[in-house]
Amino acid sequence: MTVPLALGYIRLVDAAPVVIARELGFAEEEGLALDLRAAPSWSTLRDLLALEQIDAAHMLGPVPVAMALGLGGLTTPLSVLSVLSVNGNVVGVSDALAERLRAVGGADFGDAAGTGAALVAAAERPLRIGVPFPFSMHAELLYYWLNAVGLPAPQGISVRTVPPPLMAEAIAGGEIDAFCVGEPWGSVAVEQGVGELILPGSAIWAFAPEKVLAVRTAWAETEDALAGRLLRAVWRAGRWLGDPAHLTIAAEILARAEYLDLAPDIVDRALTGRLILSPRGESREVPAFVAFHAGAATFPWRSQAAWIGAQLASRAGLERTESMAKASAVFRPDLYRRHLRDTGAELPGASSKVEGSLNRPTPAASESGRLFLPADVFFDRRIFDPDERE
Amino acid sequence: MSEPLSIVIVEEDRDRALLIIDSLRAAGDFDVHVISGRSGLAREIAARRPDLVLVDIASPSRDVIEELTLASSPLERPVAMFVDESDGALTRSAIEAGVSAYVVDGLRPERIKPVLDAAIARFQMFHRMRAELEATKRALEERKVIDRAKGLLMKARGIGEDEAYALLRKTAMSQGRKIADVAEALVTAAGLLS
Repeated sequence: MTVPLALGYIRLVDAAPVVIARELGFAEEEGLALDLRAAPSWSTLRDLLALEQIDAAHMLGPVPVAMALGLGGLTTPLSVLSVLSVNGNVVGVSDALAERLRAVGGADFGDAAGTGAALVAAAERPLRIGVPFPFSMHAELLYYWLNAVGLPAPQGISVRTVPPPLMAEAIAGGEIDAFCVGEPWGSVAVEQGVGELILPGSAIWAFAPEKVLAVRTAWAETEDALAGRLLRAVWRAGRWLGDPAHLTIAAEILARAEYLDLAPDIVDRALTGRLILSPRGESREVPAFVAFHAGAATFPWRSQAAWIGAQLASRAGLERTESMAKASAVFRPDLYRRHLRDTGAELPGASSKVEGSLNRPTPAASESGRLFLPADVFFDRRIFDPDERE
Repeated sequence: MSEPLSIVIVEEDRDRALLIIDSLRAAGDFDVHVISGRSGLAREIAARRPDLVLVDIASPSRDVIEELTLASSPLERPVAMFVDESDGALTRSAIEAGVSAYVVDGLRPERIKPVLDAAIARFQMFHRMRAELEATKRALEERKVIDRAKGLLMKARGIGEDEAYALLRKTAMSQGRKIADVAEALVTAAGLLS
């Protein structure tokens, strides 16, 4: 007897874990009939979840945190059962700005400090930068990076929301100079010949939580067993995606008309990290461009939520310590551990860590004793200690 | 007597926008303005300083309006997504009907309700019309594929049209599938073999 479960998502490469959970039968193995519903926008996806039209959602990590802080619309308490993906965003610029960046010497793809310095030198006025949503890792990474290189908001940059399917149009039409967006939309801009990619998100923060599996907190409480089945199905899909040998077929499934409706090779670029940077065809390999499994990638660290909470609080003028505490409570390592105990998942001993302190894979305490945490440094080598008082 | 509520409708389709305006006019005295463009949406809304913004939840541009819910937005008055948490039922029926509303914080609920009621009724109608249109389109497509499958059977087996249809129906019944699905499979297979 399978139980229906409605899961909302946005048509993006990093929706792979929920798509694969359905298409390869991981949901069915858990007795779930996963009803995947593509949403037209992040705000609509959030509302569908908050107003009980769907049970779970593939969500931007900062959205449930912002809701817990009372920012932006509805404030229904949400819980993050799992991170779905780490990294996966890319910064791109218009042809005109790319030209100016070359004129000032440019920088390597992957060098956030150098690219930032080149942007400072090339900017003729406050840069207008498009992001998919006000509460997104795209926005957080941009603010963090550009503030550190000397382009603070709102003096140095103007960050505005542009729905990703309209990003290429906005950059072609001169409405924005740059964007930070999730795949496939950066590659689509390159493919249409209107923009160039200048930096992967992972160059700003090497291990940034990106999409999360969000449910209503009340639902997680009343539907505990169902939440466990969903979590296991999605975790197994992530493990499957963690095997590079599976990525070609994953790209083909995601590229289908019912999901991304794109050529498989464009989807493949993000999954394999082999990006094409410009219409001239230069390419670059980015290790861990987007990650679904290795190094406990899906573990919902409370410190990741605290980092997001601290960033949002500083911009919205909220009290920092209290905001970090509220944010931390949104990510649920307790549920992750309990529901994944017998699956072979790596379960870290701690629920929180100092973010940004690892510049190489490092062994960490876990139930299996085999966990290596991947590098998680910020480009400016600052660290974020969630327990430190300012 | 207070000023009439100023309402902005974000809608690309002109006919739909006019229908919404008609519904709102019938519900009360409002100052209604339509924005149909995609670019500079947030700026344009902020410049109008409306009391209330109505937008189709199927529109990807909805996320642009979310910017106005931030304190640092160009709109001085903070905007919240409708509805006040106290009226969950109205919010839910709005979402189900496919309309979302953003209101200036502090606007009295009794001033918003008639607007929302009228908008919800109108969007429900859009929703029904879209569903009917899709059903008609689907039926047409199914008829086309069944006709092609019948043609293939008539040619391959030298039978008449009625017999071909009966064969499709029998196969569908014995396999517990829809006639259109059996026809589709046959057309696909024939395409591969030819």
